Amino acid sequence: MALEVLLWCAAALLGTGVAAVAAARHRIASTSVYGVALGATVIAVLAAAWSLLVQHGPAGVRLPLGLPWLGAHFRLDALTAFSLLVVNLGGAAASLYALGYGRHEESPGRVLPFYPAFLAGMNLVVLADDAFTFLFSWEFMSLVSWALVMAHHRRSGNAAAGYIYLLMASLGTLALLLAFGLLAGAGGGYAFEAMRHTTPSAGVGGAVLALALIGAGSKAGIVPLHVWLPLAHPAAPSHVSALMSGVMTKVAVYGFVRIVFDLLGPPQWWWGALVTLVGGVTAVMGVLYALMQHDLKRLLAYHTVENIGIIFIGLGLALAFQANQLQAAAALALTAALFHVFNHSLFKSLLFFGAGAVLTATGERDMERLGGLIHRMPLTAFAFLVGSAAISALPPLNGFVSEWLTFQAILLSPALPQWLLKFLVPAIGALLALSAALAAACFVKAFGVTFLGRPRTPVARDAVETDRWSLAAMFALAALCLAAGIVPGQFLDALAPVTQALVGAHMPLQEERAWLTIVPIAESRSSYSGLLLFTIIALAAWITTWVIHRWASAATRRAPPWDCGFPDPSPLTQYTAGSFSQPIRRVFGSVVFRARETVELPPPGDARPARFAVRLRDVPWDLLYVPVARAVNFAADHLDKVQFMTIRAYLTLVFGALVVLLAVLAAWQ
Amino acid sequence: MAIALDAAVQLVQLALVLALAPLLTGLVRRLKAHMLRRQGPPLAQPYRDLLRLLRKEVVLAHSASWLFRVIPYLVFATTWVAAALVPTFAVGLVFSNAADMIAIVALLGSARFLLALAGLDVGTSFGGIGSSREMMIASLAEPAMLMVVFTLSLLAGSTQLSSIAASMQGSDVGLRVSLALALVGLVMVAIAENARIPVDNPATHLELTMVHEAMILEYSGRHLALIEAASHLKLLLYVSVIVCLFFPWGIAVSGQGLAAYLAGLAVYVLKLAAGGFLLAVFETAIAKMRVFRVPDFLGAALMLGFLATLLLFVSRVT
Repeated sequence: MALEVLLWCAAALLGTGVAAVAAARHRIASTSVYGVALGATVIAVLAAAWSLLVQHGPAGVRLPLGLPWLGAHFRLDALTAFSLLVVNLGGAAASLYALGYGRHEESPGRVLPFYPAFLAGMNLVVLADDAFTFLFSWEFMSLVSWALVMAHHRRSGNAAAGYIYLLMASLGTLALLLAFGLLAGAGGGYAFEAMRHTTPSAGVGGAVLALALIGAGSKAGIVPLHVWLPLAHPAAPSHVSALMSGVMTKVAVYGFVRIVFDLLGPPQWWWGALVTLVGGVTAVMGVLYALMQHDLKRLLAYHTVENIGIIFIGLGLALAFQANQLQAAAALALTAALFHVFNHSLFKSLLFFGAGAVLTATGERDMERLGGLIHRMPLTAFAFLVGSAAISALPPLNGFVSEWLTFQAILLSPALPQWLLKFLVPAIGALLALSAALAAACFVKAFGVTFLGRPRTPVARDAVETDRWSLAAMFALAALCLAAGIVPGQFLDALAPVTQALVGAHMPLQEERAWLTIVPIAESRSSYSGLLLFTIIALAAWITTWVIHRWASAATRRAPPWDCGFPDPSPLTQYTAGSFSQPIRRVFGSVVFRARETVELPPPGDARPARFAVRLRDVPWDLLYVPVARAVNFAADHLDKVQFMTIRAYLTLVFGALVVLLAVLAAWQ
Repeated sequence: MAIALDAAVQLVQLALVLALAPLLTGLVRRLKAHMLRRQGPPLAQPYRDLLRLLRKEVVLAHSASWLFRVIPYLVFATTWVAAALVPTFAVGLVFSNAADMIAIVALLGSARFLLALAGLDVGTSFGGIGSSREMMIASLAEPAMLMVVFTLSLLAGSTQLSSIAASMQGSDVGLRVSLALALVGLVMVAIAENARIPVDNPATHLELTMVHEAMILEYSGRHLALIEAASHLKLLLYVSVIVCLFFPWGIAVSGQGLAAYLAGLAVYVLKLAAGGFLLAVFETAIAKMRVFRVPDFLGAALMLGFLATLLLFVSRVT
């Protein structure tokens, strides 16, 4: 039942996309496209939630589409239902936001047809139950999102972003194609059902894992395959940026989980080590990159890389536990990763919406030209603050709960017998702690420089609050962040069927706990109650406020800032994004980015201004991509000669090729 | 009945940390002054300071937003709750299962996040420098703290403070290299987090080296009183955590009767005084370091915590 509803929703979204091609110029096109998208995604959210909470048990259907001998298989199980919930919740929020935001679009013809098609593509990837449908939907999703990235293709940098995105997407699809080829084996069972019943040999399994990590990981943004993400995500219109960062990366995580946990069969312990290591490096690198940015949307995009790292740490731990038959621990680690998937989709969408509102109000993405927006856009500022606190893993919001669960999973890992893991996992714990602390610094900078202080430019001074639709979307997501933070038990229980199906165990059910405390393993070991913590902090704050207002002086006077007696009226003397991150750049950046600061101070009497320059090197780019690009150029230059040969030379080449092929054929037999 | 008792202990604890925190700060100041051959302020001076600040008017900068006025209350409430969740004189607090050690570290992180935002709110260069440096210090101190927490949790098999305290009191822990490393790491983190010498100087103003004081430079009146009280509470919290985790002897267990609670209280006050004395000696004996030496200091704390955890992973036989 739910499966049919979901497929109809996807079909409706596709149909809307096609209709929008014809009607994009119409006056009400924007409202109707986003309205239909909102309706379809809300229905899909309800269907997915019903399937996850009530229905249980998979349902499948085979449609006569695609390859005639295969058909198109679709299936709705717990993992699919959960991922659809994430996809469509993000989609619904983005559609609601776009009802207001989309009106400012200067070229609706380049956005409106692709937006619903993008949503449909993501839904179909998750629903697909055979390799052909999966890859087709995957590629459709990539291409449509590429079109959305290129919507404003005349803006500088966007064309390059689209080009790199297209290259990386092709690489990812190629890796997934090979992975499915290996999984299907010589028999060619391309339906997922067939793949589930065959267990590949150890070598093939390892190869599939590596290919899935490259294929799904490049879409999700793991280091060093992340390079396209901070270019492409900010280039799209903000509601699409939110979808790409908050939702499409989660579809990639779904792809990885589907292949590795479901199709591949029992894992080996070194898979866990590899995935955990990749996750840890990704988390720290992502947040350090984000700290160095002063473009608000690019900062958010880099920060997605960090959160993907945290998710992959959880997935890697789950693999390691699963390989050692520690099902309960594997369930905890997988629950932590999936809950972080859900949480990140909420707060990353929220933050991109906030960045979009700032962009609409000021036309600026550069934080160095903003500031003081909390006075002009108080509601947007409040929603962005909630998102910032949630993504910085601060209690009592939701980001903290999933990171806390990941820490709890790390604390269970002394039980792992392999020595490599014994050395690796504590280091990963340190990396995770480091990335959590750096994330807080990153969002103090993002929120503080953008919204606090004094406006640095006239556009920031004259900004106006954004429209009601956008605010409604932001506040809905902020409320969900708070709800998932203070009553996480309800959300964790919903994940039980997912982990049960994938690792054969689930976390203890949290429903009947006192005070809605969540308990990962046992009460004596660890527990956390967001609701109780929230209540007592609120009570303490209320008592404090009451006492202060009752007994203390209530006099307040407005005056110029103190600033140690030397306040400077120019807003340019404030701390900027660059100066805020300078200490961290100096501590970490000198190693990670080979950061070099040069100060050029003219001698006394010289009227030239002093100059300060920072040079950062993107090490993965220099070490990995530049050599590859150079090799491709080199090969192209030399193959160029083949194009300008005489007819005799061509005939010789053809003859030579024929001889070689015949020789190979002879040797084969 | 047991719940009522736990609730009573919890309420006493809430009041106790609030009452004792300024005293601890006053004690440290007084001892430091004595060691420098100065008379020093009386022990009750921090209380008087707070009361005086509460009676004064608030001078707000023109560019201060609503967030600037809300933050002192939130910072104070968060720190207060965090301090009240650490077992001081008795274990078995009624709220103890609401937050474990990791959550308490994260609660302090919330308070710091808000305070750093307040530093940026008015839009002055001093506020910015304070926030920026505070977050740099925190980016190393928080992971170091978490590694220490990991060490103790692995030993005790729990991240709950009361369980760790109970297991440390048991005889099967013994002396371990990990514990020593963790203790040194925790002390280093505590010094950095409370803005003490050699990381920051709590007694200075108008110096480019200051961190915490620069961040709260624009606060005055009741707002400043709340922030000062929060930093007193934070110092008390860290001393309590060190005492509770490494020297839990004498702490009252729930259901032992009133005498045990009173004894626990007396022992706790003595331990606090000893902690204050050691801090004063340490601060007098050492010089403030440059800001960019702090990462080395905290990097050492992080490495100590990491080594302590690693040793446990490697030495544990399962």
